[in-house]
Amino acid sequence: MGIMDQFLQQLINGISLGSIYALIALGYTMVYGIIKLINFAHGDIYMVGAYIGFFCITIMNWPVLPALLVSMLLTGILGMLIERFAYRPLRSAPRISVLITAIGVSFFLEYTMMYFVTPQPRTFPSLLDDAAYHIGPFIINNQQIMIFAITIILMAILTYIVQYTKVGKAMRAVSFDTETAQLMGINSNRIISVTFGIGSALAAAAGVLVGIYYNSIDPLMGIMPGLKAFVAAVLGGIGILPGAAAGGIILGIIEALVSGFISSTFRDAAAFAILILVLLFKPSGLLGKNTNEKV
Amino acid sequence: MSSLRKTDLKAIVISLIVFAVLQGLISSEALDPFWQLNIIVICINIIMSVSLNLINGYTGQFSLGHAGFMAIGAYTGAVLSVNFHMPFIVGLITAFVTAAIIGCLIGLPTMRLSGDYLAIATLGLGEIIRIVIMNVNYVGGAAGFMGIPKSTNFAWAFFVMLFVVFFIKNYVNSSFGRACVAIRENEIAAEAMGVNTTKYKVLAFTVGAGFAGVAGCLFAHTFYIVHPSSFTFLSSFNYLIMVVMGGMGSITGSIAGAFILTTISALLSDWPELRMSIYAVVLIALMFYRPQGLFGNIEITSLPIFKRFKGGK
Repeated sequence: MGIMDQFLQQLINGISLGSIYALIALGYTMVYGIIKLINFAHGDIYMVGAYIGFFCITIMNWPVLPALLVSMLLTGILGMLIERFAYRPLRSAPRISVLITAIGVSFFLEYTMMYFVTPQPRTFPSLLDDAAYHIGPFIINNQQIMIFAITIILMAILTYIVQYTKVGKAMRAVSFDTETAQLMGINSNRIISVTFGIGSALAAAAGVLVGIYYNSIDPLMGIMPGLKAFVAAVLGGIGILPGAAAGGIILGIIEALVSGFISSTFRDAAAFAILILVLLFKPSGLLGKNTNEKV
Repeated sequence: MSSLRKTDLKAIVISLIVFAVLQGLISSEALDPFWQLNIIVICINIIMSVSLNLINGYTGQFSLGHAGFMAIGAYTGAVLSVNFHMPFIVGLITAFVTAAIIGCLIGLPTMRLSGDYLAIATLGLGEIIRIVIMNVNYVGGAAGFMGIPKSTNFAWAFFVMLFVVFFIKNYVNSSFGRACVAIRENEIAAEAMGVNTTKYKVLAFTVGAGFAGVAGCLFAHTFYIVHPSSFTFLSSFNYLIMVVMGGMGSITGSIAGAFILTTISALLSDWPELRMSIYAVVLIALMFYRPQGLFGNIEITSLPIFKRFKGGK
């Protein structure tokens, strides 16, 4: 295989990995945009989503799509419950308290899950045959096609919700200025809850897709992708939805190229190096606007 | 000033009594080896939490990469002991210097950031340090560095800890410390009053990182082996929890936080999942009911009971 073929192949792998980061990053960026919280528990919500999908497929013997939808629904409810009981009481508290609570929620989800499902990784059943298609110079397999398709559909639905529905309009208003939105009669608590629900559902979808793609899930699987999705959100400009999607895909491609051409042990370092470079040179992200600090 | 010195003297006398009692218990084998080891771990964790408190609590710069500096100190100390056969004290000093230099290099660019971005950037840098160490074959790579002499005993750990605690105490009570607190309270106002904010932030970060390196060196010489997986960001979170639990801006609090959490995790070491779940619940409950931590920003030496103990004034 020539170096060009290898490059193209890593590009495909990178886009599939990046789609997953993008789905998680969307939830991060929505939550950050609306209540300025780095929801450290978001990666663990993704893990819970993967486990719900896993149990739907193995115990209930459901096909992929119903399992995906049920996992998204239940995880969305979980996200709303976490917001209601862990973050809402701290709405007026200093931001560091909420950040530490988020770390607490993250630990709680990881280790409570570990208590129930044991720390051993589980093998996700392979649902699709491994057929690979040659399209021009690319080789693409069923799992990757499925990841692309589901990601694109979910992103289209999200764009529709945010841009063209009443809830979406309210979400944008609350994110722009919570107090003014409340004065206009928007129930901001309800909108924040909906935001957590949607973000968590997207993370759950990413969890199930990762299970299908890598065939293995474990209770600590959410930590790294969670952090990297945050990197993706910062890369694209935090609080900006298309930015999160673009950031996720760029990060996925860079990681695939680093693990393909340098060394797979450096791929995590690459993600964090990107984060630091972005923060130093363009802290508002690729698609963000610069804001000046007011005294 | 003289009353400050008097308090210092009393604190040192009390510490020496505590040391004598604990050393007696260890020498007479009244404590089993598990708890002997844990007392050393408590000392190391106190160094970590007090030095992190200087950065997070006093200067208000939210750092999540403290374990990275600990890793630097641990590996520096280990290499000096094993490959260069240096005495332990040289290892400790070099660990401080190396971690402080790297802390300064990392602090210079990142201290321009604030809040959440700083937290994530320091977390990322801590992970980068760990990943780089993992890829250096000279120090054992992912398998870890083995065969380190067990030089850390209780006396070393205790007196190094005492030194660090007093150093940080004097630091925060000096003009440096007042500049740090001014930055924490309002960075823009501090700058307007003529405080060179970058200088003091980077200095606090450097000193904190250096002492984390010392803690790392003690850690490496306690367990015979250092392993990159001991220094993930989860352990940085662990030290952060100690600081927050004790109270950001209280050295007494950091000591108490390190003591309580290390003891709890030692008691629950047979049930690791349960331990972390309890940790999480304690942390969330703390943020709900006492977000300023156990001690807030109060020191034990300023409590009324200690004043009376001081006699008269």
